[in-house]
Amino acid sequence: MDQNIYVKMESISKNFGTVKANDNINLTVKKGEIHALLGENGAGKSTLMNMLSGFYKPDSGSIYIHGEPVKFDSPKDSIKKGIGMIHQHYKLVEAMTAVQNITLGQKGSFFLSEKKSKNKIKKVAESYGLKINYDKKVYEMSIGEKQATEIIKVLYQGADILIMDEPTAVLTPQETKKLFEILKNMAREGCSIIIITHKLHEVMEISHKVTVLRKGQTIKTLETEKTNSKELTDLMVGRAVDLSIDRPEVEIGEEILKIENLTAEDVDKVEVLKNVSFNLRKGEILGVAGVAGSGQKELCEAIAGLYKIKKGKILYENEDIVGLSPRDIIHKGISMSFIPEDRLGMGLVASMDMVDNYLLKEQHKQKGIFIKRKPVKEKCNNMISKLEIQTPGTSHPVKQLSGGNIQKVLIGREIDTNPHVLITAYAVRGLDIASSHTIYDLLNEQKKKDVGILFIGEDLDVLLKLCDRIMVLSSGRVTGIVSAKETTKEKIGLLMSDEINTEVLAV
Amino acid sequence: MLVNILKASLVAGTPLLLATLGELITEKAGNLNLGVEGMMLVGAISGFALGFYFQNPYMALIGASLSGSFAALIYGFLTITLRSNQVVSGLSLTIFGTGLSSFLGTNFVGKKMPVEVINFFKPIEIPLISKIPIIGEVLFNQDIYVYFSYILAVFLGIYLFKTRKGLNLTAIGENPSAADAAGIKIDLYKYIHILIGGALCGLGGAYLSVVQVPTWQENITAGRGWIAIALVIFSKWNPFKSIYGAYLFGGLSIIGFRIQYLNISQNLLNMLPYIVTIVVLVFSSLNKSKEGSPPKSLSLPYFREER
Amino acid sequence: MRMIKRERISKKDAFRIRSTAIIGSLILSGLFIFFLGHNPLDVYLSMAKGAFGSIYRIKDTINIIIPLIMTSLGIMIAFKMKFWNIGGEGQILMGALFASYFALNFSTLPKPILLFVMFIAGFIGGGFWAFIPAFLKVKFQTNETITTLMMNYIALNLITYLQYGPWRDPQSLGFPKIANFADSATLPRLFGIHIGWIITIIAVVVITIFLNKSKFGYEIKVVGESQDTANYSGIRVNRVIIRGLIISGGICGIVGMMEVSGVNGTLTNHVSAGYGYTAIITTWLSGLKPAFIIPVSTLFAGLIKGGGFIQTAYQIPQSAADIIQSMILFFVIGSEFFIQYKIVPDRRNAKGGEVNVS
Repeated sequence: MDQNIYVKMESISKNFGTVKANDNINLTVKKGEIHALLGENGAGKSTLMNMLSGFYKPDSGSIYIHGEPVKFDSPKDSIKKGIGMIHQHYKLVEAMTAVQNITLGQKGSFFLSEKKSKNKIKKVAESYGLKINYDKKVYEMSIGEKQATEIIKVLYQGADILIMDEPTAVLTPQETKKLFEILKNMAREGCSIIIITHKLHEVMEISHKVTVLRKGQTIKTLETEKTNSKELTDLMVGRAVDLSIDRPEVEIGEEILKIENLTAEDVDKVEVLKNVSFNLRKGEILGVAGVAGSGQKELCEAIAGLYKIKKGKILYENEDIVGLSPRDIIHKGISMSFIPEDRLGMGLVASMDMVDNYLLKEQHKQKGIFIKRKPVKEKCNNMISKLEIQTPGTSHPVKQLSGGNIQKVLIGREIDTNPHVLITAYAVRGLDIASSHTIYDLLNEQKKKDVGILFIGEDLDVLLKLCDRIMVLSSGRVTGIVSAKETTKEKIGLLMSDEINTEVLAV
Repeated sequence: MLVNILKASLVAGTPLLLATLGELITEKAGNLNLGVEGMMLVGAISGFALGFYFQNPYMALIGASLSGSFAALIYGFLTITLRSNQVVSGLSLTIFGTGLSSFLGTNFVGKKMPVEVINFFKPIEIPLISKIPIIGEVLFNQDIYVYFSYILAVFLGIYLFKTRKGLNLTAIGENPSAADAAGIKIDLYKYIHILIGGALCGLGGAYLSVVQVPTWQENITAGRGWIAIALVIFSKWNPFKSIYGAYLFGGLSIIGFRIQYLNISQNLLNMLPYIVTIVVLVFSSLNKSKEGSPPKSLSLPYFREER
Repeated sequence: MRMIKRERISKKDAFRIRSTAIIGSLILSGLFIFFLGHNPLDVYLSMAKGAFGSIYRIKDTINIIIPLIMTSLGIMIAFKMKFWNIGGEGQILMGALFASYFALNFSTLPKPILLFVMFIAGFIGGGFWAFIPAFLKVKFQTNETITTLMMNYIALNLITYLQYGPWRDPQSLGFPKIANFADSATLPRLFGIHIGWIITIIAVVVITIFLNKSKFGYEIKVVGESQDTANYSGIRVNRVIIRGLIISGGICGIVGMMEVSGVNGTLTNHVSAGYGYTAIITTWLSGLKPAFIIPVSTLFAGLIKGGGFIQTAYQIPQSAADIIQSMILFFVIGSEFFIQYKIVPDRRNAKGGEVNVS
């Protein structure tokens, strides 16, 4: 067989319960090729790559590496064949240093010799132009450093087939450019690179070939040069789609939420929010951009009364709500809704049914020591028909619903409280395009009802299209608040990487 | 007087130290085994029974460690292979070990260790260094069990912090998914360390029945297994620190006999180690920083293909 | 072979798997009995006879069922919040201690009033003993398994101290014993069994309703499933845990009161009789559902009583029953795996000759 064909996957199938995650998928990647795997969330990209990296075992099908048939039982087998995968959620041990992480699981002398390893690692890393601080512990690293550590780890293991799962999701546009340079470099050195993404412009920018997956099936493999964004989108979604997002013109009302000099610390006494100040007005969507871990989560939780505040004010209709518990906030009749990023970890109880989940917010309104489920059941049924939630019924555990439907249950419940302020964190994470648009529509509907919406997002394209203003956070500080119509992705990217721009703060 | 108390503290702390080390490496592998008390009891009765029958100290040691490992194997199979809840599996192991030791020990109650075994575990003076004032007498005029336990603690410390295998083990306890991605055989590591942990707990229990007491009595461990679990937290998962933790508690458990002249009821003094355990735990739980915190994935099962 | 997660399992299949597990544990225990030189079937039969063979024995067994059900109910409330209360023993002892204080010092009170006071005292004693670990947990995140267990030993030593010291009955002729209760402090009997059985039945019903229908029951459920969600939705998690634990320990404390007043007639350091530990097993096996606690506790009471019987009949130590109990527990815990996962044959084909890299 052709030695230049590094990866060949033939009629791979994989089921999770009744869900066909991969159905007869084929993929071929040659030496020195950057191959993009394009598809919506849930199309089966990660599942396929997890089989190549030995994490999952396929139900059926064959895999050939360097022309040789293989059968992986663990990631170890896959590493031995020269495959390295960088997962979307980095597989690094937080409490260890970069060197320790890189040498983890490697053969070698019984005792550790950091110095020797370090020299060896440096050699490998620098040949690709990568540089990091090797003695830094992972929990002290920025996202970019973590990614670099992962890449070096994979290279150090001797990988010539590199898989990257959504590598740019957490990077600024500038960091993305740098990463792409490195990847191109590696391809020139003879590595094969598979990059999982759902961003079209990245496919166009970096890949030689692209394979489109949809609902667990291979739709088509194309040469990137001979295709265009439009064609790829249609292939990806399965029909011609309109990717534009509505931004209804609503007359922006008075200020409803005002944050002044908000500062908060985590358990290690590190400041996670530093003097954050901004305001939110009725009928606007204020987007929040920033690389992951810039304080978005803490900001939301602080406003919702879930995170301890060191100093500063949170004024809701001119009343300071700092120090109030979530319960107090609910009881005071402050209609504020927080849709957390961790749907099943914080927003909903996975094992409970819709009625009991609805009760999470509703029970406070009921009087007496007993709980009344009947009226809630009715509300749930209304919600199901209004938001077109796909579920066997109201007494079905919510964890068995699809991601989009779970999100609808969560948003639906919050909207039913008729809030004046709505806070959503990563509202469309993990959802396919159609579901995402439903969510955008729901938010816009609220906006038209004069609700002030704080929208924490990760996709800059979406933020730019949906929001009225965008606030950028970097290491817990506000580095800029800009008008979405007048700014560009690059400008936001610069703000994300911590360059304070006093000019734009004035908006 | 002081030397005697310190020396006796080491003796009383030895079963704690061994059990603490056993639980420590188990927890390093990400498994919380609440069956320490059970494993200690199983080790105690097996060590006693074999030592008694064969009048042979080696048989006692082999019996104690193998039976401790066997008990740990039940826990390991349940939690690693069958992914059962670690808390419940460990509790069951304690209930099982308590029942088994009481069952096997029925005919031994009140019996004494044969002289051959007792003599074998007499203190052995180490030439020269045992002459160092205070320290020499306390540290280097002890029985071989005591020597073994604190040397082992040092070795385990080196193993965990300075070797490749120790690094891999730490990674499993912290983030099994990352360890898996790095090609480390997680289940194998877990089994090995849980079994060794069980052996150490068994040896700890046997120290009570074979050397310290050395007569069989039901429930001979009297909650030491639980104190050992608390000591792991106290020592912040560091074998070196567990040495003084264990000896401190050893000292507490004998203090009652030493201050009898104060005329405090023995039953009240017996409460002391348990009360101190709670106090120490409270202080240990005040530490919230990232260093010295428990292995991140402690008591969480790991399954590669979860969805 | 490899395993995959089941989507859902029918109640019938789950029941089949669990029964297979119990039968498996009985077979393994049978082997164990066989190697001791007895016929397992005979032993099992005589255990059953020993536990349920005559009216008298059934009454004795019921005397064990009552504290087991009650203790399990108490522990269940804590377990529902994923608070591992293994301090049932200590909570029973403290309930018994508090109740005994009134029984010993206020025996002149009219019987109904004294019993009521003892009942309340028992609840407070157990509740107080559970409150301490609960408080430490919410305040300092102190590991509750260890603290609740340490509290057992403290309670045990405290009662031993009283029994041998201040509370010792001067009329017991040097025997370390606390005085017997007066009639006014003894629970009345109905159908030959102390009325604790009525209290137990009421408790099962009340707690079932409480958990399923009340707001507090709902809050307990949410806290147990996810503290983050509970916080987020405005539930005061700490308060729920503390209140829940006071109820949990309080119910165990009532067990202590019922045992001293209805069974032993005095306070001894054996009053908890290991119920606090056995109830951990029964609670878990009942899947944290009050309705299932009744049959499981009956089975285990039978094992305990039957275990005592075979001790005399076969000279098999009583602790054999403990081993059988933990065997059942091991098997049932292990069987959960087969309820969650399915084992299927590996059907991957690597064409062109199998190359296994492992």
